[in-house]
Amino acid sequence: MEGAVPDKRINIKGLVCPYTFVKAKLAVEAMDVGQVLEILLDYEEASRSIPKSMEDHGQKVLKVEKINETDWVLQVRKEKE
Amino acid sequence: MEFTDDQLLRYSRHIILPEVGGRGQEKILNAKVAIIGAGGLGCPVGYYLTAAGVGTIGLIDNDTVEMSNLQRQIAHNVNTIGLPKVESAARTFKALNPDVNIIQIQQRISKDNILDLIKDYDIVVDGSDNFPTRYLVNDACVLAGKPLVSGAILRFEGQVTTIVPGDGPCYRCLFEDPPPPGLVPSCQEAGVLGVLPGVIGGLQATEVLKLILGRGEVLKGELLIYNALKTSFRKVKIPKNPLCAVCGENPSITELTDYDQGYCSLP
Repeated sequence: MEGAVPDKRINIKGLVCPYTFVKAKLAVEAMDVGQVLEILLDYEEASRSIPKSMEDHGQKVLKVEKINETDWVLQVRKEKE
Repeated sequence: MEFTDDQLLRYSRHIILPEVGGRGQEKILNAKVAIIGAGGLGCPVGYYLTAAGVGTIGLIDNDTVEMSNLQRQIAHNVNTIGLPKVESAARTFKALNPDVNIIQIQQRISKDNILDLIKDYDIVVDGSDNFPTRYLVNDACVLAGKPLVSGAILRFEGQVTTIVPGDGPCYRCLFEDPPPPGLVPSCQEAGVLGVLPGVIGGLQATEVLKLILGRGEVLKGELLIYNALKTSFRKVKIPKNPLCAVCGENPSITELTDYDQGYCSLP
């Protein structure tokens, strides 16, 4: 999956729900519309729940990629405040 | 702002809500709310606002806890009978959320102290049990320009309205003057279903949070009436009275007065 060049990266490895989405959401809140957040995580459920929640909140999911045995990389573009 | 790990967990269900988020939770953490009365209504309002993380809660009440309060005043318990209600409630709220700054104000409010007591707060909640206080609080909030979330309960029926001075009617637009003493029975005379203040207090706390967040629609210009026996909610429009004695075009009330205290003052 192709992605964009992220404006901000967060590493939430080791975190589980609800920390995972809360951390990701707070990171998006602090960014400008149009910017891209890259999220590195190792909690499998969050690789599905974060993209879904981000879309529900009106943000654009650019990438969901399993990069190795344990980790995922997500990219989310902020579409709205 | 940077939340602590505990705050992230404690407020995660708020932060996840699009209408709240981190910024909304920050507003809640910075808010200052005064609650008049630590009784049936003040207990659930204070309890939920404490849980929500409202930064500073001023509790104003001059009574002590009695056994007959415990059927509905959920912040008190058998171990706090005889203590000031503000102290009893503050202990309960602190145990729920130590972050919240609970200011105990053990005073009976009057025309002479109310403006000073509410001046440092953003929003006022009226959980008082008598008409003199209700009118005094209304007039003080109109004069001070403080949003007021007013609640009342009796038997099986409760009412809530939100007054935003300068933007909609006030309590006097609805009822110009307090009823004469003895006309309206008190909870002590007429009884009250113990869970009723939980419903009305919950609605008041919701109004407060919406005022803090600037989200949704508050009960501005509307009186919400809940009937617990019928399980019915009804909204009544309150028109702004241009001749209102306190918020009208030519107000006759420009300073506060105490009404006859010949009403029931027991919660």
